[in-house]
Amino acid sequence: MTFSLLLTQLLNGFQLGVLLFLLSAGLTLVLGIMHVINLAHGTLFMMGAYFAAATFGLTGSFMLAAVAAIAGSLVLGAVIERVVIAKLYARDHLYQVLATFGVILLFNEIARYGWGPSPVFMDVPAFLSGTVDLGGVVYPAYRLAIIGVGLLVGAGLYFVVHRTRVGMLVRAGATDAGMVAALGVDIRRLNAAVFAAGAALAGLAGLMAGPILSVQPGMGEPVLILTLVVIVTGGVGSVRGAVYGALIVGVVDTVGRAFLPTLMRELMDRSVAMAAGPAVASMLIYLLMAVVLAVRPAGLFPVKHG
Amino acid sequence: MFVDSLKRTAAVALTLWAAAHATAQAQTPVKIGYLGTFSGPIGAIGQDNYDGFMLAVEQRGGKLGNTPVQVLKEDDQFKPDLGLQIAQKLIDKENVPIITGLMGSNVAMAVARPITEKKVFLIGSNAGPSALAGAQCSPYQYVVSWQNDGHAEAAGKFSNDKGYKRMVLIAPNYQAGKDALQGFKREYKGQVLDEIQPGVTQPDFSAEIAQIAAAKPDAVYAFFPGALAVNFVRQYQQAGLNATIPLQTSSMLDATTLPALKDSALGLFSTHWWAPDLDTPTNKAFVDAFEKKYSRLPSLFAAQGFEAALLIDSALARTKGDVTDKAAFMAALKAGNPKSVRGALKFGNNNFPINDYLAFVVVKDAKGRHTLKTVATPLKDHQDAYHAQCALK
Repeated sequence: MTFSLLLTQLLNGFQLGVLLFLLSAGLTLVLGIMHVINLAHGTLFMMGAYFAAATFGLTGSFMLAAVAAIAGSLVLGAVIERVVIAKLYARDHLYQVLATFGVILLFNEIARYGWGPSPVFMDVPAFLSGTVDLGGVVYPAYRLAIIGVGLLVGAGLYFVVHRTRVGMLVRAGATDAGMVAALGVDIRRLNAAVFAAGAALAGLAGLMAGPILSVQPGMGEPVLILTLVVIVTGGVGSVRGAVYGALIVGVVDTVGRAFLPTLMRELMDRSVAMAAGPAVASMLIYLLMAVVLAVRPAGLFPVKHG
Repeated sequence: MFVDSLKRTAAVALTLWAAAHATAQAQTPVKIGYLGTFSGPIGAIGQDNYDGFMLAVEQRGGKLGNTPVQVLKEDDQFKPDLGLQIAQKLIDKENVPIITGLMGSNVAMAVARPITEKKVFLIGSNAGPSALAGAQCSPYQYVVSWQNDGHAEAAGKFSNDKGYKRMVLIAPNYQAGKDALQGFKREYKGQVLDEIQPGVTQPDFSAEIAQIAAAKPDAVYAFFPGALAVNFVRQYQQAGLNATIPLQTSSMLDATTLPALKDSALGLFSTHWWAPDLDTPTNKAFVDAFEKKYSRLPSLFAAQGFEAALLIDSALARTKGDVTDKAAFMAALKAGNPKSVRGALKFGNNNFPINDYLAFVVVKDAKGRHTLKTVATPLKDHQDAYHAQCALK
């Protein structure tokens, strides 16, 4: 194991973490402030990728694809909030799970109908198609760009949440939604805005993932599961928790996959390690989540109450 | 007035019914159960397989072997339990004498024995798990596609031929992935530096690709199914490795994945028994007809659907449409098909095909589409490694 390989794997973990952060930031706010379980968040990720791939296919421009992905999923998020979620705020979580699961099935079928069951092509912009040499570590330029975009969004989100009036209301809503409403804030409009912003972030994640992953029906579900792991690990409703949770999950998953099978081969019989190594590596983040839940049930960085 | 028109309608309907009944009595259609996969992760290749099968049926005006056929299309959703339910319904309720399709090896393992035990003929058009080629072979079971290890064995042989001495192997951690690694190592003579088995649902391979780059092998062998193939190839190219470490794949580059890969797959090698340029008269006519009807290039899976229909066509022609004499129909299937997509389809003792395996490179054709061009024949008249375990002669 060389130092440059370790560094590359850390960058890989960081890049996965950044992508997961874009997804979990929106979802954690929806869950924390609105107390709504939105399983359709992965669907917004998928539709963002499809909007991007379709626009890219028509125009060949990555910039237009970015506009389409973000604007498209923002509008779609607002519509889903108004049509499906708004009617279920007062209901039990089970109704929300059922309704948003229905949304997943609906949009997977729409994608299959509109674009077919095979993956759709989406390329990286030409100026990011190569690799960058970071002092001995050769890294794909596009993945560096993902890290850059994620850090920018993270900084922007930090500014909005901690330095603006809207952000203050969001934080207040996360702590005590009833009190905020009692003070005369239109909590429904705040909810709709948060939901749409979360959808736009999911669409942005879909855009960034489009050239790496295959854009196809059902691509949102595996990502949704990872996102839920991030939120539970980081602490529901906390943007800070989403940042750290995403980075921890990204790095643990990647570094575990990269080095655990090799490590196990050193420690035990080769045939056992060959069978167990990959399996344990892919379980690692769930083990992490289980330990976090056992030790700190509210997550590593919970919202501070009171 | 109203009564009159009602009478007239009834009379017309009665005449039509009588006419239809008369032709039906003349020749009862042979029912064929098509047990395919149209949804789930391999839905795209399932659709291609069915389109290939139906192309042959439509070309012959709804007949195979000059006998009218009725195809009952079913979707197993890639689920073995559902596949088994459907197979039982096809056999007990519909009384089908022939079942074809079977996309997933998991479904094939669940349904093969229940089908052949009822003396129903099974014409497999995709899945070829090792057990069915070995101990579980049956005189009622004929597979027109390939045994699961074949494409990987060809890749192993082709890697020897190219002189790769040190290689890293990568395939997802599930049955077909393990079969591929096993098959590759059966033929490959060089040194295996590392075997990497990522999870089968894992979409991003950045960690594995970094490992490959660090190992600095002569070449990499990779097998990934469907959408995972698109992810891996694209990420490999983005990491800049296409230029430095050749990527040898098998069974992952074809008309279902190349439209999503485009230039990122140019120059990569793949191995299998079929490519659009396979030089036989039947294949040329098939590729043209498929393109005309569906406005896209056929994949391997479409060719296999077509091949299955052709085998049934030739067998029914030999028995003059009779499937009730099981021994006669069995002999007709076993005889293979001299005018198949392969050229001549011939079966080994286990009723799996014996054929050449080819090596391809990804190129752009005259219309600017990405497709496979045959460059070598690593394995000649290749028979699978499991036929000795089959009790059939």
